[in-house]
Amino acid sequence: MSKLRLLFSKEAQASYISHLDLMRTFQRVFPRTGLKISHSNGFHPHAILSVVLPLPVGQSSVCELLDLTVDQESDGSGIVEKLNSGFPAGLRALDCYAPQRPVRELAFVQAELQFLYDAGVPAGCTAELEELFRRPSLIIQKKTKRRELADVDIRPLIRSLSFSEEEGKVLVQAVVAAQNPGLNPALLGNAVAKELPELAPDFVRVRRTALLDENGEIFR
Amino acid sequence: MDERLERILPRVQKPGRYVGGEYNAVQKDKDKVDIRFAFCFPDTYEIGMSNLGMRILYGVMNEMDGVWCERVFQPWGDMEEEMRKAGIPLYGLESGDPIRDFDIIGFSVGYEMAFAGILNMLDLAGVPVRAEDRPDLSPLVIAGGTAMYNAEPLADFIDIVSLGEGEDVTVELIELYRRAKREGWTKHQLLVAAAQVPGLYVPSLYEVTYHDDGTVADIVPREGAPRKVTKRIVQDMDKSYFPVHTVVPSTEIVQDRTTLELFRGCIRGCRFCQAGYVYRPVRSRSKDLCAEYAKEALCDSGYEEMTLSSLSTSDYRPLVELCDDLEEFCEARHIHLSLPSLRADSFSMDLMQRLQKGRKSGLTFAPEAGTQRLRDAINKNVTEEDLLQSCRTAFAGGFNAVKLYFMLGLPTETDEDILGIAEIAAHVMHVWRESASNKNRGVRITVSTSWFVPKPFTAFQWEPQISLEEYQRRVKLLRQAITTKTVTYNWHDGDTSFLEAVLARGDRRLGKVLELAWRKGAKLDAWEEYFSLERWMEAFRECGLDPHFYANRTRSRDELMPWDMISCGVTDDYLWRERERAYASVTTPDCRTHCGGCGANRLVGGKCNV
Ligand code: SF4
Repeated sequence: MSKLRLLFSKEAQASYISHLDLMRTFQRVFPRTGLKISHSNGFHPHAILSVVLPLPVGQSSVCELLDLTVDQESDGSGIVEKLNSGFPAGLRALDCYAPQRPVRELAFVQAELQFLYDAGVPAGCTAELEELFRRPSLIIQKKTKRRELADVDIRPLIRSLSFSEEEGKVLVQAVVAAQNPGLNPALLGNAVAKELPELAPDFVRVRRTALLDENGEIFR
Repeated sequence: MDERLERILPRVQKPGRYVGGEYNAVQKDKDKVDIRFAFCFPDTYEIGMSNLGMRILYGVMNEMDGVWCERVFQPWGDMEEEMRKAGIPLYGLESGDPIRDFDIIGFSVGYEMAFAGILNMLDLAGVPVRAEDRPDLSPLVIAGGTAMYNAEPLADFIDIVSLGEGEDVTVELIELYRRAKREGWTKHQLLVAAAQVPGLYVPSLYEVTYHDDGTVADIVPREGAPRKVTKRIVQDMDKSYFPVHTVVPSTEIVQDRTTLELFRGCIRGCRFCQAGYVYRPVRSRSKDLCAEYAKEALCDSGYEEMTLSSLSTSDYRPLVELCDDLEEFCEARHIHLSLPSLRADSFSMDLMQRLQKGRKSGLTFAPEAGTQRLRDAINKNVTEEDLLQSCRTAFAGGFNAVKLYFMLGLPTETDEDILGIAEIAAHVMHVWRESASNKNRGVRITVSTSWFVPKPFTAFQWEPQISLEEYQRRVKLLRQAITTKTVTYNWHDGDTSFLEAVLARGDRRLGKVLELAWRKGAKLDAWEEYFSLERWMEAFRECGLDPHFYANRTRSRDELMPWDMISCGVTDDYLWRERERAYASVTTPDCRTHCGGCGANRLVGGKCNV
């Protein structure tokens, strides 16, 4: 029996695969590789798999991690190639290895956002956005697990932000808290819409680019 | 991905079903193909992707050189609205290209409630719904599937109907179309030529006239089209295509598993069952080939469940041997083998117990009628003792849930038959008390009834559907008769069954009603969320047609049926004989015991290999 960690990307069509469906997809891909994922005991044995930090539907990522246990002895070599022949479009395995670090050491998510403005980026937009996120506190409404709305201050969950402008869009480089609690980077767009309605983007694209530890080093 | 699509997907439910890219979805270079085929299923992705027939034809077509077949489903209401608002026409899931630019748009039509969805999908694609408003060769609109044995309500909209099993005839049609395209034929030329291909029915080449009372007076074929078009079948199941490498959806669908088709047709001859008649005669795939396909398909898909599917799985002769072959393979891979449509006999029960392992899911039986007399009348050859014995075995083995399916409104049904349903449920309860191995967990017995819909090409094609009031009275009668606690009674709401009865035996005059109902909003009629009978009744009133004429009228033996230009191989004489035996409560033996001479043997060169 070995514990393994898989690094994979989830983009394009695959960004619309929900978390639950992603688990199902993995359960079906692994048998095709000849690897046996360990199953729980009981009447309805299920594969022991867990995505380290589930990605919201519609976002893309080049740094997803999946922890799994397989029945065989394996250091993960050869698995990437086998997986990639059986994935749906948009999922790609990048690396597979025996994990060295526990998930609790994952501290931050680095993400690249695009705020799209169909009528062109409003004048002075970047400066105003920078100003907004310099405030000591930024309260937005967020759905809780019980589907009620609750006020959350997202400011303490943001580690760094930078803005730059391109034709029709503002690019945002963000580093935000990953867990306990974490911040969905898409909510940065909600904060803008709430505080600066005239600068509300027409669409927000989010792409996860790295998972980081407490010191800003890559978590793998 | 299309940026307009990217914008709307976050706002719709289950966006994963609209993007394609699933494992085994076929990608081709569009510059290297000359035929683009849009394979449409007029219901949601979850339902359509669960359809084995669609998977077979998708595979068959994509194995053809120069042909690219893509899948298209009807979007849910929220997605449709967003697409219409954003001006995105219906597209193929593989390429994302609008299907109005494809060569052929083909619909798989399994049930009448999908008719309005066909019009809606054409419209969403930006294609005129009426055949006469599509003068060009492309897109050619075709349809096939079980509900197309009577395609008359769709006659105004569909260019060509494919009858029976599509593996061979679809290839022939595509080749014919290819020639037409190469040689610059008109659409009319193509239609006339297609009518000469066995199994292809071209509705526009038939002229139908009516008597004053609304019944069909005459059906006249034009331009050399045959008076009778006979369905096509695959002769040798061992040579027929099985989709070993099949699309594995990334999102959950209804039948999310490998489906292994053991045989086609059914030996039983239940008199109400359209599938039982139109899929005749029975043709089996050899056991070794089944096992080979199963293993290959499971390895490729990674599915953890497989269904051995056919109309009556217990009738597959080497069923036990096949399960022996598969058991070890499946166990080692945590794959669950399921056997639907088992008969209530001890052979089937033993097998099921063996395969169920630890899983004690519910048991399902379909006695269909409450008394032996009525079961004999419909030729459902199962006795109450078989059923109770099966339940006894199951309860003793730890099962604690049984579902029983019945129909109300079967021809010759009396109140006694209805009360018989309640009695069966009570007897099942009694058996549980006697035999349950663990009474602490209690038992759940569910009785479900549907409203019988008479279908074309059955022994009951001449019969009326009982009226809504009468159906409701019978439901109430049964409800009051079920006094056993722990028995839950579910009955089907009547509205869809009534419309189904109208459309199933409709003629081509219903085309205008269908179009009007669709314009008033009918689209996903199989879904409670969208179905409205009132909308259809309004359409009937505005068109001056009476739906009860179609649903609730007794036809005479010599009435010309609207679908008389179609043959499924079984003769009208045989069906009428079966109807008479039904009224005499006389059963007909299955095909293995005794050939009843239904006529389907002519489809396989004279003798059925049952
Ligand atoms: S011809 Fe005889 S054996 Fe063949 S399907 Fe008909 S009844 Fe059955």
